[in-house]
Amino acid sequence: MRPEQQVIEMVVLVSVGRHPITGRARRSDQDARGLELALGLEQQLPGSWISLLHAGPRSEASESALRGYLGMAAGAGMASGADQGLQSLMLLEQPEGADAISALAEHLAEAMPQLVITGTRAERGEGSGLLPYALAERLGWPLVNGLAAVEKVENGMATLLQALPRGQRRRLQVRLPAIISVDAAAPAARQSAFGPARRGKLEATPVAAELDQELTEWQMTPARKRPKRLKIIKAASARDRFKAAAAKAEGGSGQVLEGVSSEQGADAIFTLLNEEGVLRR
Amino acid sequence: MLETLLPILIFAALGLAVIGAWRRIRLWRQGRSSSVPLLKGLAALPRRYLVDLHHVVGRDKAISHTHVATAGGFVAAAVLMILVHGLGLGASEGLGRMLGWPLLAASATMFVGSLFVARRRRHPPARLSKGPWMRLPKSLMAFSLGVFLITLPTVGVLPAGFLEGSGSWILALVLAAVVAWGLGEMVVGMTWGGPMKHAFAGALHLAFHRRAERFSTKQGGAGRSTGLKALDLKDETAPLGVETPADFTWNQLLGFDACVQCGRCEAVCPAFAAGQPLNPKKLIQDMVVGLAGGSDAKYAGTPHPSQGLGGKPVGEHHGGPHGPIVAREGTALVDAETLWSCTTCRACVEECPMMIEHVDAIVDMRRHLTLERGETPNKAPEVLDNLIATDNPGGFAPGARMHWAADLNLPLIADLQQVDVLLWLGDGAFDMRNQRTLRALVKVLRAAEVDFAVLGSEERDSGDVARRLGDEATFQSLARRNIATLNQYRFQQIVTCDPHSFHVLGNEYGAFYPQGQGGHYRVSHHSTFIAELYDAGRLTFSPWEGGSVTYHDPCYLGRYNGEYEAPRRVLEALGIRLNEMERSGFRSRCCGGGGGAPITDIPGERRIPDMRMNDIEETGAELVAVGCPQCTAMLEGVVDKTAEVRDIAELVADALVTPPARPRRGEHRSPDARTDEVVS
Repeated sequence: MRPEQQVIEMVVLVSVGRHPITGRARRSDQDARGLELALGLEQQLPGSWISLLHAGPRSEASESALRGYLGMAAGAGMASGADQGLQSLMLLEQPEGADAISALAEHLAEAMPQLVITGTRAERGEGSGLLPYALAERLGWPLVNGLAAVEKVENGMATLLQALPRGQRRRLQVRLPAIISVDAAAPAARQSAFGPARRGKLEATPVAAELDQELTEWQMTPARKRPKRLKIIKAASARDRFKAAAAKAEGGSGQVLEGVSSEQGADAIFTLLNEEGVLRR
Repeated sequence: MLETLLPILIFAALGLAVIGAWRRIRLWRQGRSSSVPLLKGLAALPRRYLVDLHHVVGRDKAISHTHVATAGGFVAAAVLMILVHGLGLGASEGLGRMLGWPLLAASATMFVGSLFVARRRRHPPARLSKGPWMRLPKSLMAFSLGVFLITLPTVGVLPAGFLEGSGSWILALVLAAVVAWGLGEMVVGMTWGGPMKHAFAGALHLAFHRRAERFSTKQGGAGRSTGLKALDLKDETAPLGVETPADFTWNQLLGFDACVQCGRCEAVCPAFAAGQPLNPKKLIQDMVVGLAGGSDAKYAGTPHPSQGLGGKPVGEHHGGPHGPIVAREGTALVDAETLWSCTTCRACVEECPMMIEHVDAIVDMRRHLTLERGETPNKAPEVLDNLIATDNPGGFAPGARMHWAADLNLPLIADLQQVDVLLWLGDGAFDMRNQRTLRALVKVLRAAEVDFAVLGSEERDSGDVARRLGDEATFQSLARRNIATLNQYRFQQIVTCDPHSFHVLGNEYGAFYPQGQGGHYRVSHHSTFIAELYDAGRLTFSPWEGGSVTYHDPCYLGRYNGEYEAPRRVLEALGIRLNEMERSGFRSRCCGGGGGAPITDIPGERRIPDMRMNDIEETGAELVAVGCPQCTAMLEGVVDKTAEVRDIAELVADALVTPPARPRRGEHRSPDARTDEVVS
């Protein structure tokens, strides 16, 4: 035991997920991983406090999905503190279509947690993945995305392990408070148990609804499957095919633009998209 | 001198026994309440003992006769002894003889019985517990011999003054000591613990059994247990499953206490044979330890198997009535993997002469682990999540349930609203192996011109796996939604080729029907239905030309539902002479696929399906007929298997002979269903 035993306060932002096949409401995969990360951290730093935060409308389907997060409080080897924190979920109640960002930002600015953990992208609604960035901008806190692990928290600094493609990891140090977002590289979420999920409380606070004007003008249609670039492999032998499958995607023709104006950069991107046939005229 | 000593001894023993009984009853009453008709149960006790219990005990004739002699002799001797020596009726000339001779006969019978008990204990089989049980034959002999000898003067074989001579007080004391020993074991030990505890607890357990419907009645009665007890999920204060021994109902605790440690369960348990960490006998003894509090150090039987250790060491596990059964960290009474090793095959329940319900207790404990702790092992959380999100364990799109039958034009019950037979597909509809069985079954139904339909994508998983994994919430959700679907349509019966669905639909859904609504249909396994079709002359088979065949009884068809005959009748109708395995019928060995065991996948030294395939190999059969998608999958998964695995439906479909054209029934209902299309 080090003398300066750290205790931190974490807020996990949780959303109502959507099962990819049936579309049923569930705990969102990434947000659940975020909570798993927080629970792991709580074990590292006993006495730390986790609270769950959700902004959105309250309905039967969303409630059962949100209770899925509360059900994760039961896992093995839980230190005593965490399940106290997980006995309730703070619900900032808003009507459908209201902008969650300002409500969340206001709440976080007031609560002042040291660490805000969120999934990278919501499973329903806009799902643009912009929320962590917008929050970070509003609060003026640093944001680290694609987190794999929090290694340690010491003297207001957190050592983080960020996941990069192909299993690479990057160690970062960030000053708290900070926002971190997790994706599929974070540890998988534990099972959600029925009992604690049922017992948990949803503490609903109505907040001022700020209707997302832009969103109301949008037209929602089911997503089409994105076309995937075909990887044509001309290989004579199994060995070649294996090598081609295992090989790194080669950039080759890429170029690095440095010290260019934003117009020049945009122009370069536009040209590339045209060349690749991504943009249709 | 004995005249004064004996009544004191006898009534002291009886008094101690009453105190012991009160203490024991207090231990049981730590459990949760359970409404049992007390007087009705006590009234049913003689029949349950003499018919149902002896039906199980009688499978081993030698021990059955031994028990009849010993126990019968003891009961008679004890009653007569109280009259003759306790109340002093033996002193009167006439009564003394009238009661004395029967007492001599009873104690002699008991002595003969105890000789056989002693012989069995000379080289006891591994399944028997040792420890205090080894002294039981001696105690039996002490009691019977002691009573016999003290009764000799009563009937006048020995002169009444024989024991009153000047030097013979030593002999009297010795006799009194022997009788005291016998009384101590047989009367005091009955309620204070020791081998004879089983008589007291066992009798009450029979009377107050948690599942009274498993006993036969004078009217016949199935004499068979059915489903698990439902959890009340609406009451938020009701505990979810069993965390501590005191969370069991009192009659469950009583049942555990009745165990005689004969190890018949151990001998038939597939998980134990596979070296997985479960010995049903030890599990029940663990519960007894928990009931009274303490550690399992005194356990004198085979422990739970353990890889590489030759068994988990005893003495490390401990607990009390209000402590956890499975520890969150470290050890408590039982390790979690012991509970997850069970395949719910109920072989132990079938064999238990004390009618203990091991499987229900295991599921009760699993419920706590799943619903309260979220500690379902290995792939089980994923399967449960799939069941919640997609209504099938594989996580397939519900709309894909009928893809296997894209070319079959199966009539949907949603279009017809009313049919004779609803064909329940089960989750095998997503499994390519089972799809062959389903197609064969459709071919058979069409050949017999059965008016049938399917639910199509309206069907959901029956909830069997969720329930056995302890997720009662998901089970009840699936059951309620399935029932709502079934209630929309009208049909005479459900036919399914999945014994698990069959069992759940037939025996476990009843508790979830909204009151007074529905459930008025029969559920049949496809083998039963095919047998009926054949008996009605609606199917004609070509003679069997294949090789030797054996049949594997699925647990959920056989032991759970007592259907051993129909599959054999179908196979006989096909012209197959079965080459039965040694373990078939009610002794059939599980394939290892039940109770979510393939999902929780607790490691052992062997695989259960491999052992079953060895059983099959021993018969020399080239083909094993099965009647369950789980069994098919488990047995087909055996590496280097010696026999081909085929479902009964497939064998029937292959043997079908198209009868001369008859007017087709029900053709107007689905004009585009071409029944003559070859399906397999």
